[in-house]
Amino acid sequence: MSVGRFINCAAIKAAYVSSFRQTFHGAAISAVRYKSTTPQSEDPLGMKIIGGPRSFINKLEFLEPKLEDAIPIYRVYDTEGKILDGTQDPKLSEDVLHQMYHSMIMLNTMDEVMYSAQRQGRISFYMTNYGEEASHIGSAAALDNRDLVFGQYREAGVLVWRGFTLDEFMDQCYANVNDPAAGKQMPVHYGSRDLNFVTISSPLATQMPQASGAAYALKRTHPGLCVICYFGEGAASEGDAHAAFNFAATLDAPCLFFCRNNGYAISTPAHEQYRGDGIAARGSGYGMITIRIDGNDVLAVYNATKKARQIAIEESRPVLIEAMTYRVGHHSTSDDSTAYRAKKEIEEWTSGDNPINRFKFYLINERQCWDEERDKALAAECKKQVLKAFTASEKRKKPSPSLLFTDVYDDLPPNLVKQRQEMVDHLGKYSKHYPLDDHEPV
Amino acid sequence: MATHNLNRIVTGLAKKNLPTCLLKRTSINSFVVTKRHATHFKFYPDPPPIDCGPTEKMNLFQSLTSAMDISLSSDPTTLVFGEDVAFGGVFRCTVDLKEKYGQDRVFNTPLCEQGIAGFAIGAAVAGSTVVAEMQFADYIFPAFDQIVNEAAKYRYRSGGLFECGKLTIRSPCGVVGHGGLYHSQTPEAHFAHAAGLKIVIPRSPIQAKGLLLACVRDDNPCLFFEPKILYRAAEEDVPVGDYTLPLGKAEVVRLGHDVTMIGYGTQVHVLKEVAEMAHDELGISCEVIDLVTITPWDEEAVCKSAAKTGRVIVSHESSLTGGFAAEIASTIQKECFLNLEAPVERVCGYDTPFPHILEPYFIPDKWRCFEAVKNVTNY
Repeated sequence: MSVGRFINCAAIKAAYVSSFRQTFHGAAISAVRYKSTTPQSEDPLGMKIIGGPRSFINKLEFLEPKLEDAIPIYRVYDTEGKILDGTQDPKLSEDVLHQMYHSMIMLNTMDEVMYSAQRQGRISFYMTNYGEEASHIGSAAALDNRDLVFGQYREAGVLVWRGFTLDEFMDQCYANVNDPAAGKQMPVHYGSRDLNFVTISSPLATQMPQASGAAYALKRTHPGLCVICYFGEGAASEGDAHAAFNFAATLDAPCLFFCRNNGYAISTPAHEQYRGDGIAARGSGYGMITIRIDGNDVLAVYNATKKARQIAIEESRPVLIEAMTYRVGHHSTSDDSTAYRAKKEIEEWTSGDNPINRFKFYLINERQCWDEERDKALAAECKKQVLKAFTASEKRKKPSPSLLFTDVYDDLPPNLVKQRQEMVDHLGKYSKHYPLDDHEPV
Repeated sequence: MATHNLNRIVTGLAKKNLPTCLLKRTSINSFVVTKRHATHFKFYPDPPPIDCGPTEKMNLFQSLTSAMDISLSSDPTTLVFGEDVAFGGVFRCTVDLKEKYGQDRVFNTPLCEQGIAGFAIGAAVAGSTVVAEMQFADYIFPAFDQIVNEAAKYRYRSGGLFECGKLTIRSPCGVVGHGGLYHSQTPEAHFAHAAGLKIVIPRSPIQAKGLLLACVRDDNPCLFFEPKILYRAAEEDVPVGDYTLPLGKAEVVRLGHDVTMIGYGTQVHVLKEVAEMAHDELGISCEVIDLVTITPWDEEAVCKSAAKTGRVIVSHESSLTGGFAAEIASTIQKECFLNLEAPVERVCGYDTPFPHILEPYFIPDKWRCFEAVKNVTNY
């Protein structure tokens, strides 16, 4: 992870780069520079290349990225939930705060139950969100529920915030008849049209240029809305990430790019993923407004996302947010992360920088709107609701095998009509070799 | 005329950094230089469709401009974008569209095919009708992941909650006389394997306009490959108004009863000429079918003809192994086994990358197809 300094200054310190020249000249401070005396209108070449009149330098000097120049991390409260700069507290209502906290606990509880369910062989696969609850809830709460969300796979908290029910989560994981996608995808590949959350797909970063295009389209058809695209620091290495940033910036798309830098891409630590100053440092290279934030601080995430949204919509441009957090859990149920990181490291994060606890301390100490007794009651209530949904979901039937052929196209072309009939005929003869009792009828 | 057309196409190709020796028109006129071959085909124009209103002489690129113009004018969400489309495109397919509809609807993208595809998919998912251009089909491969893993599967994996049916990707393809490895490909076989896509290849201006409009309006992601050698060489009386032609339907472009010949794009014209040669020199009556849509393809029409004649030739420019002719041949032998009088013949490019100077020896030209007619009738 990038080593960054924490900042909490009065104005949100966005690395606001308005032109290429600012970045280019940022590091070279000691050379003699001949500023162009040519007025803007008379340097058409400069206008085309860098958007303004060029200036020249007579000393051979290279730009060198330095650790001390790493972009600082914006945070509102410390690891004990204590506000650092009162002007940064958005002073959200108790209702909103409770809804945020409730969502984080519900997400966490659901993760625990579903992870165990996979271990017990009840579902085939699961991915937890441990450690990233603040990033999900803080950003989701700052958006309009009509803003279109393109996720990667570790953003279930956004769905929790928007109202995706426990039944809906579990029906997708259990791939039963209630899943609108008829169990076609692995668990955690959620989607919801009503909640404006585009269905997750496994290939990494493919959602990123799609988010740029969707933002472009929405700018024309639904002004006042934006798109948010979540991705990890690993996915940011994909070519699609570069394409997304470049397209959104050149085509003025109101897209928020929210990078969850959680330190790991499966077993690959962030320092093996990039050599520069994380993902935030790339933003200005594309001409994007950028900020790095404490992803474990709900209010920092909230403030930054809210401001970013305003910028994106009012100025029709993308904004890059890099949220520094930590993946407490394994990559998925197919991973045992103790194979590549020390248990001690996980414990240090869980105790030292725990997004749920930090927010709880803020609620209790700074806002006096929570206490340990209510906390226990909430945990128990969440567990009860989760287990109820879980039990019901497990009992439901799986979809009919005929649904195998639906939604390839908008209707069934002749070749699929034929193939479906072949499958039905085959099942007619070999039914006892297939688990047809688990499914709705063919 | 053929050389003149080739020069024009070459100028278009100049945008892609071809060696300049190919670009000097003067070298064609000097007495020293290599003589260029005439094109390998003769274009057979069709009469305009009845009941489609007034027509105008248009070549292939003009008919495509007309289709996009109609889409932009009739659908306020339509966007047309790709590399260099704003000034009119390297093949003049988008001339004057930006001037007419504005830069927010007709625009250049950065040079990034995976970005073009991803951006196009996202815009379609968000409800815009999208016509995205890949400058050459040879350069579509960076977009392969987006097209195959995302576009093709969007509806299936979400149960229809989300889909990109409003997406059409169009791209110049095919033999052009001097394109070599990277300006001659038609990648239909690579994409045919991805269920969920529709792939269409027109043979002419009238076909192209109606099919492109059909693709744009079809609720599935479509790939529309345009044989670039026909951009100027093919001219017909094309209806100026709005019309569509059906997807998924092959067309019998010449009736016959001895041999069935199936192709698409430019190759349809090669096969038409072979049919004439077969008639004149061998007394053989050939039925020529334009497949039109590669996926989903018109099995019924093809098998009906194969069952009638019992002798089938499938021909395409793309290489033999794993090419789409293999799919057609396989289905024919299964569905029409007892009707066949000879094995299904495939006349295709050889299993090599597309050569430059050796192109005349690589392509399934009329002589190789003519030979196949003899083989299939003498079995």
